Amino acid sequence: MKKPARALGEVLGHLFKKKATSNYPFEKAVVDARFRGRIAFESDKCIGCKMCVRACPAKAIEIILSAEQPAPAPAAEGAAPAPARKRFDCLMSLDRCIYCAQCVEVCPKKALISTQDFELAHTDRKTLIRHYK
Amino acid sequence: MTIDHPILLSLFYILIFPGFVFLSVYGLFLQWLDRKLGAVMQNRVGPPWYQPLADLIKLLAKEVIIPDACETAMFRTLPYFAMAAVMTAVLLLPVWTDALYSFQGDLVVVIYLLTIPTVTFFLAGWSSTSPYATIGSMRVLTQLFAYEVPLMLSLIGPAILAGTWNITELAGFFTTHKLYMPAQLPAFFVALMALQGKLERVPFDIPHAKNEIVGGQFTEYSGRLLAFFYLAVDMEMVVGAALVNAVFLGGTLGAAGLPGLAVFLSKTLAIVFLLTLLRVLMARVRIDQMVRFCWQVLAPISMAQILLDIFLKFRLG
Amino acid sequence: MSKITIPLGPQHPALKEPVNFSLVLEGEQITGSTVNLGYNHRGIEKAAEDRTFLQDIYLIERVCGICSHSHTTCYVTCVEEIAKAEVPERAKAIRTLVAELERVHSHLLWLGIAGYEMGFETLFMYTWRDREQVLDCLELVSGNRVHYAINTIGGVRRDITPEQKTAILEKISVLEERTGYYIKLATEDATVLARTQNVGKLPHAVALERGAVGPTARASDVKRDVRKDEPYLIYDKLDFKLITHNTNDVFGRVVVRALELVESYKMIRQVLNYLPEGPIAVKVPAKIGPGEAVNRYEAPRGEDFHYVKANGTDKPERVKVRAPTMANYPSVSYMLDGGYLADVPMVIAAIDPCMSCTDRAMVYDKRSDKVRVYDWNDLRKYGIEHYKKRGIDFSKK
Repeated sequence: MKKPARALGEVLGHLFKKKATSNYPFEKAVVDARFRGRIAFESDKCIGCKMCVRACPAKAIEIILSAEQPAPAPAAEGAAPAPARKRFDCLMSLDRCIYCAQCVEVCPKKALISTQDFELAHTDRKTLIRHYK
Repeated sequence: MTIDHPILLSLFYILIFPGFVFLSVYGLFLQWLDRKLGAVMQNRVGPPWYQPLADLIKLLAKEVIIPDACETAMFRTLPYFAMAAVMTAVLLLPVWTDALYSFQGDLVVVIYLLTIPTVTFFLAGWSSTSPYATIGSMRVLTQLFAYEVPLMLSLIGPAILAGTWNITELAGFFTTHKLYMPAQLPAFFVALMALQGKLERVPFDIPHAKNEIVGGQFTEYSGRLLAFFYLAVDMEMVVGAALVNAVFLGGTLGAAGLPGLAVFLSKTLAIVFLLTLLRVLMARVRIDQMVRFCWQVLAPISMAQILLDIFLKFRLG
Repeated sequence: MSKITIPLGPQHPALKEPVNFSLVLEGEQITGSTVNLGYNHRGIEKAAEDRTFLQDIYLIERVCGICSHSHTTCYVTCVEEIAKAEVPERAKAIRTLVAELERVHSHLLWLGIAGYEMGFETLFMYTWRDREQVLDCLELVSGNRVHYAINTIGGVRRDITPEQKTAILEKISVLEERTGYYIKLATEDATVLARTQNVGKLPHAVALERGAVGPTARASDVKRDVRKDEPYLIYDKLDFKLITHNTNDVFGRVVVRALELVESYKMIRQVLNYLPEGPIAVKVPAKIGPGEAVNRYEAPRGEDFHYVKANGTDKPERVKVRAPTMANYPSVSYMLDGGYLADVPMVIAAIDPCMSCTDRAMVYDKRSDKVRVYDWNDLRKYGIEHYKKRGIDFSKK
């Protein structure tokens, strides 16, 4: 059955309802806790196996040796000096990352974690290459 | 040395109130109201109050690009013709008291003046020589032939009842005989629909249908020329609402001065609310469906209204 | 009436993605049309040969934003078939859940687009507001609103917790109520009916001849749906109807998609109740042994084909994607002829076009009646020869 102005009830009712859109950026959206946002890096846990580099589909992550390496632990008496545990940094290109969290999954030491940051846009490309120490 | 008061006063009327400045300010306000109300009806926040002004200023600052193939003189001057026609029409309508200039037959003159912007749209599209603009301009004319007759017929009904072709006297008639206003409801509805067509709003925004022909008659327009065309359409909304107000709702209802202006503003706001409701409720129709609707539905309704008004006039004596 | 040829696209407000329709108009009527594709060609099939199977999941996902899960699932099932991996039942159920959520997302989005193309902005705003419900469901399940990346080779990456299950069921109830309203609005409002009835007519015989798929074909009473013809994932255990309509026009497509929404809600409830216990993935070795596989999938737009050929290394030798919109294009040129210009956006929108899915390079040589697929080296050689003949030699500086 053809009815002109079928939506009249809905339309008039909406004059009194709460609005569905919000005034971003003054009111921000809340994302779920498991949202796949920017990847963060914990240098203490990284062992430099570079599995994340091999898994990344977008070639966004690079593991490099830190500029300052920790000193080796003092040798026990009579034992050969143990080599220092190396420390690694992570160079993350946020403009290449596709936020798939594949690196988070393959890391054997759970050194990479997904945060909920998604407001990452910037006018200067260089600020998008983050150096996590 | 004496200053010629009438000339200064006339310039005030033409340029400030109810002329260019008042029409622009009120037109931009009505555009904001239409967008904000429409947004709330669609469950959104909508633009802030300064949005139409910001759009106008931005457009004025942009570069005007004119295609090589088009006729430059006509292309450049058409927006000003549209604005001039609309500014002239408002002088014949009651805004805060009786109209500034009124005479027998000014109803026909106002209808005629409101046709001029539509003709400028047609010429704008035609002189642009791009395929989209040509199609848009042909649609403008087809649409004009569709809604113009129902519009005129719907305005004739109350004129017959009041026995006058003078808009101010027409408003005066309904002020004294308020009970005859509900009897004009069918013609009021026809006038609103025809006004939607004149202002090129959904369901009749066929000439500049974004999804089909990009900008229609305005495709090649940019910069300040487009700004003035949009301003002309906004001013046309004020004048159209004022015309419907004067013919069907009794104008300023006898009040004058500031109370009269308050009455005028509140009634035109109510009319714009109805126009926004029409815009939000419907989809755009095809041009052939629009022509069929206007001639098969709107025209008979307005003719029935004329018959009813003739009958009522005999009752009135 | 003189004829003018206007280009619809590649830049046009009616199109979401670039495609070019060259329309020959007489007044407002269309007397001929040509479809020109290729503006969205990104070389995905070639790029897929340089990446491992796991990395290719993300590449294939980005063939299209709205049918991303369709493409990944179809690709991953091909790879699993070559690797002879048995995907656990729970993983299949989760894949089906995301597949149906994606269908709901796509059809709600389409309802909005159809409203927008008609100039009915209100329907557009309302359906996209309600689409937020299904986007929230997808964000809960997969961590992102589009490009869900829930698949991995051998299963899925994330599990469904009971809290997520209750949240999804709540949102589906809200959506069911809203969809009921949209069905009434779309089938009863006078202006919507005026714009969709008798527009874009595609008779049953022509739909079969031109190979239309998906809701476009089902609105012409073609009873084809991959979920019923060749059930994959857990569709053989679900109870749902095959929706067809017999009006052959855009109105039929609106009805088919709206009713498919209702069926999808039923399926989501069934899947959530069915979720069997078990692991969510099996381990699949990185090197996938020689073999090839073809798989079909009912994407929201129609039948999606994927072909994968592996040769024992960890990178595929060939990946071929045939998206549903590619099969619907010949029907579009039939539907445009004889129609009005005003109906063009509606007709194009009614097949739910996804140009990003569509542009793969396949060359049909009319003279020899052969189909030849150009791979990268061939195209390169062809291009170099072509310009050498015209006196431009890139090898000389």
